[in-house]
Amino acid sequence: MSDIKMTIIDRDGQRHEVDAPTDMNMNVMEVCKAYDLPVQAVCGGMAMCATCQCYIISDHDLGERNDDEEAMLWEAQNVKDNSRLGCQIPITEDLEGLVIELAPEE
Amino acid sequence: MITTDILIIGAGPTGLFAVFEAGLLKLKCHIIDALAQPGGQCSELYPKKPIYDIPGFPEVLAGDLVDNLMKQIEPFQPGFTLGERAETIERQEDGSFIVTTNKGTKHHAKVVAIAGGLGSFEPRKPIIDCLEKYEDKGLAYMIKDPEDYRGKRVVIAGGGDSALDWSIFLADVASEVTLVHRREEFRGALDSVEKVEELVEQDKIRLVTPAEILDINGEGKVESVLLQHNDEAKRMEVIECDAFIPLFGLAPKLGPIADWGLEIEKNAIKVDNTLDYQTNVPGIYAIGDVNTYPGKLKLILCGFHEATLMCQSAYQRIFPDKRYVMKYTTVGGVNGFDGSRKEAEKAVVKKIGNKQNV
Repeated sequence: MSDIKMTIIDRDGQRHEVDAPTDMNMNVMEVCKAYDLPVQAVCGGMAMCATCQCYIISDHDLGERNDDEEAMLWEAQNVKDNSRLGCQIPITEDLEGLVIELAPEE
Repeated sequence: MITTDILIIGAGPTGLFAVFEAGLLKLKCHIIDALAQPGGQCSELYPKKPIYDIPGFPEVLAGDLVDNLMKQIEPFQPGFTLGERAETIERQEDGSFIVTTNKGTKHHAKVVAIAGGLGSFEPRKPIIDCLEKYEDKGLAYMIKDPEDYRGKRVVIAGGGDSALDWSIFLADVASEVTLVHRREEFRGALDSVEKVEELVEQDKIRLVTPAEILDINGEGKVESVLLQHNDEAKRMEVIECDAFIPLFGLAPKLGPIADWGLEIEKNAIKVDNTLDYQTNVPGIYAIGDVNTYPGKLKLILCGFHEATLMCQSAYQRIFPDKRYVMKYTTVGGVNGFDGSRKEAEKAVVKKIGNKQNV
């Protein structure tokens, strides 16, 4: 298991190339927080607040949104077709090269 | 004017526990919270979720933790200003503070402890023009007193627990309840969903899905809402009503506290030290998730610790000439302001050492 490289575009448009470990059971939200990016994650990763909403820019297949994620995104604002909740995306080796953009704060 | 020793802003676990610790020091507390009920994130976001890192509780539901904290602080009779957001703070000549809420309620306190978590939870508002025009005139984002809706025609929008629970509750209070949701699936406790289904069958709730409210109409108050059915025809419908209650969850905002002259770092209030969690303004403390300092961990149990040290410091600030000796509750017991007393049972042993050696 090794780290993957991913790119996080913050709300000012600045790109952050980061290493994300695949062996620590982390998700995208936690990676953002680990790099001090402004992701609030109020609910702590339970798909209940949408403060970790991000847009998937690269063409990685992240699979279907789960029910909780889908429901939360129905209630959130600034939702696009490529919106996902960072807390619901586990870091795996398949995500090498993932590019995400943080959604605006509500 | 409400007067108290310590004014706590935020009724989450940290704020609630601060009441207990202050009570042991015979300090009176009053709590302000923007939400209509105590518990903060625990009550509002995940009451049914288990927490595993509260000492002594191998597993406790967030809602149960709040209930227990409320029970624990009961003897200390805290006051609550709920459903109001702390808006302004004015330092008085004697070093005390007056905090005024967005509804104009004034609180005078010797010490202020901000335990606001990630800020006040503001309701997510629907994207409708002129919302402000109808706020408190039939449009509400939370229900403070269900009796306000007795005999009225109410439209509730949303698909979570709040929308379901209030639709169920108001079915017996309001004259008409219409529940509107953007999709057909609901995200709430199964028994709530089933109860709503039952009430729909009994014609006590009108359920409209998938649909959303696009506009509000009325002269000076809500008189009707414009609803769009999310079917192929995008059919429009006007629903005449007295109240419109969108319940789309909450979003955290540091809010007016950010303008109180406190040092802010990354959306949190900086405290200079971990001795007492006082901010750069003497007499104003920040405890729990709302603060930041080197090594900060945003955990409920860390908030409890911070609340404890804050109270000790607040005591010295309020009574600079008194010396307080920390006591264990096992020794000192708990003396409630309501006259209650809890203490360990003391055994009386009349004779010691009179047993014959066998």
